[in-house]
Amino acid sequence: MSNPIFLIIQREFLSRVRKKTFILVTLIGPLAFAALMIVPGLLASMPEDNKRIVVLDEPSLLLPHEGKEQYTLEYLDPRENDLELAKDLLRDSEYDALLYIPSGENWDPDFIKNNILLFGKEDPSMELQGYLDYLLEEQINQAKLLKNGVDPEIVAQIKTNVNIKSFTLGEEGNDEQSAVPIKMALGYITGMLIYFFIFFYSVQVMRGVMEEKSSRIVEVIISSVRPYQLMMGKILGIGLVGVLQFIIWIGLSGVLYTVISTLIFPELFAEQAAAGIAGNPAADTVGLEIMDMLRSVNFTTIIMGFAFYFFGGYFLYSALFAAVGSAVDQEADSQQFMLPVTIPMILAIITAMNVIQEPNGSLAFWMSMIPLTSPITMMIRLPFGIPLWEVFLSGAILVATFFIVVGLAGKIYRVGILMYGKKVTWKELFKWLKY
Amino acid sequence: MITAKKVTKEYSAKRALDAVDLCIPKGSIYGLLGPNGAGKTSFIRIMNQITAPDDGAVYFGAELLRPSDIARIGYLPEERGLYKKMKVGEQVLYLARLKGLTTSEAKSKAKEWFERLEMTGWWDKKVEDLSKGMAQKVQFVTTVLHEPELLIFDEPFTGFDPINTNLIKNEIKRLNENGATVIFSTHRMESVEEICDHIGLIDNGKVMIEGNLLEIRKHYKDGTFAFTTRTSITDWGEHEVLSQKEDPMGYRTILKAVAFPKDLVISLSQKEALVAFEEVLPTVNDIFIEIVKNGPKPWNHE
Repeated sequence: MSNPIFLIIQREFLSRVRKKTFILVTLIGPLAFAALMIVPGLLASMPEDNKRIVVLDEPSLLLPHEGKEQYTLEYLDPRENDLELAKDLLRDSEYDALLYIPSGENWDPDFIKNNILLFGKEDPSMELQGYLDYLLEEQINQAKLLKNGVDPEIVAQIKTNVNIKSFTLGEEGNDEQSAVPIKMALGYITGMLIYFFIFFYSVQVMRGVMEEKSSRIVEVIISSVRPYQLMMGKILGIGLVGVLQFIIWIGLSGVLYTVISTLIFPELFAEQAAAGIAGNPAADTVGLEIMDMLRSVNFTTIIMGFAFYFFGGYFLYSALFAAVGSAVDQEADSQQFMLPVTIPMILAIITAMNVIQEPNGSLAFWMSMIPLTSPITMMIRLPFGIPLWEVFLSGAILVATFFIVVGLAGKIYRVGILMYGKKVTWKELFKWLKY
Repeated sequence: MITAKKVTKEYSAKRALDAVDLCIPKGSIYGLLGPNGAGKTSFIRIMNQITAPDDGAVYFGAELLRPSDIARIGYLPEERGLYKKMKVGEQVLYLARLKGLTTSEAKSKAKEWFERLEMTGWWDKKVEDLSKGMAQKVQFVTTVLHEPELLIFDEPFTGFDPINTNLIKNEIKRLNENGATVIFSTHRMESVEEICDHIGLIDNGKVMIEGNLLEIRKHYKDGTFAFTTRTSITDWGEHEVLSQKEDPMGYRTILKAVAFPKDLVISLSQKEALVAFEEVLPTVNDIFIEIVKNGPKPWNHE
């Protein structure tokens, strides 16, 4: 007799993979993902509406600055206009905003800076305000420097832009250039992905358990196989669905991205590439630096870590969710048990930012040891290069906890699936552990 | 077929089975009877190895019940159902394979049963598209498909419509004639009286009485007799009249006799008033009520 657990895995896997929703989600997933990558770029490259700003510049502070792409500055003659006239003009014309710079007495920059006014037909945008702030500050600074007899040229020369190149000390002198921004992004994205996947597939396990319970087939099945086998078969089968879906997603996303970038918007991507290679020298070095940083990231570790922590976390949580699913009759009742189970995961997401900023701090360390948070927190930390012993310790704790939790969840599951029409309390769940 | 020795099962506050001794003879149709909550389902789950007893042992044939024995048992639980989204054929094959059949064995047996119960053409239907009666037939087929030696039905006729009930009763009888041992568990004792040859009565986790149904009924006979007479007779002497009513053959009077009413039979016969005379055996229900009220009646030969 073949092991019945393989039959269960097979059924769980095939019954999900053949569903229309699986095919739909699996195909739409990469589309959404590709859209996520491409749409912002597309939107950013769209030409903005041009805004015309009329300026009444009494001290001739900005004149003859013409603004930039989105904002055109046009000047009124201060000898022929005052604020009231300018306001009337704004009201009756097609200008979008009015900037008023008073000269006050003695052209005092400190007086000027406090009395500049901006009127808009609608609320002036933050972006416009920021832009004008920047322009005016620059001009007022220069005016102040000149007033104090300092040549602005010298100041510009003195201004330094520090650019620290940081390295991680390697074992045998081959220090690696550290790549904090890339690592931060990688850690955050992979951490979020793991959270999403664990949650997504664990909930499917819970739903599967509830389906078997509410359709009343479960007792028929456990008269043929052990409840534990049924639970593990379900967890493994759905885990395989996850693996398949993930592989398809990665493959399709890659294909889609390539297709779109080469066929549909070739000019857009060519532009970006050109800007990187032949454009201004600053962009050039940034591109090279990113390449350098990417080279310093250990992708093998990250991919292996992702696989390990996804499965570890998924097995752990899906066992808990299976227990929850077995204890309730309908999905609405599952909320009271689901919340406490998911709190550790949510905690790991909330602390993600702190962990990224200090990947070797004590918060990060402990969160990556506690098995209920470690899949997410450790994943966030992994790109930063974590001492091997920490990774192994956290992994060992996760695996050990998994076996304990599966044992306990199996006990609750065994009793729960045969319990109908009863609102289960926490107290009751603990009692089941002793049956 | 099944022998239980001192089987005990406790749930935190309650003793579901209390040193239960039962013997289910091979080839019998056995009624496991008792009110709701008596411990019937607990015992059935132990036979199916869904739970293990806290104490005592269950033997399958001559040997202790083993995990591999589940392939020799067909079980229709009280809480029963099927995967709603799965196709009928796939589902039948899946459940049969879980019981250890190969795919080809399961397929050929399923075909036989589908033809037998006039279910051909259902193979590719989803269970959710079947009517309730159709789903019940599928459920029955999944229970018996692997040709188990022991069939266990927990409250089998609740939820089945009369046509299916009849059909399934006949199928069960046929399976029994072909050698399968059958256990019916129910709280509706009258529903199995005609079909069972052995019964076990359980109440509060304890076996009240067990054995051959006919012998038990004989043992519990209490001197009740039925007389059918041409005319209405009012004087029954020292015997207590339990009921009297007109029936197609005359008047039927049920008596609780002090002793065998030989004189009554003779005198009524001589008057040519007697149409029929019989001793009335108690029903399982009567026996159950009697035992709950007064305790089991000792066997004389013991």
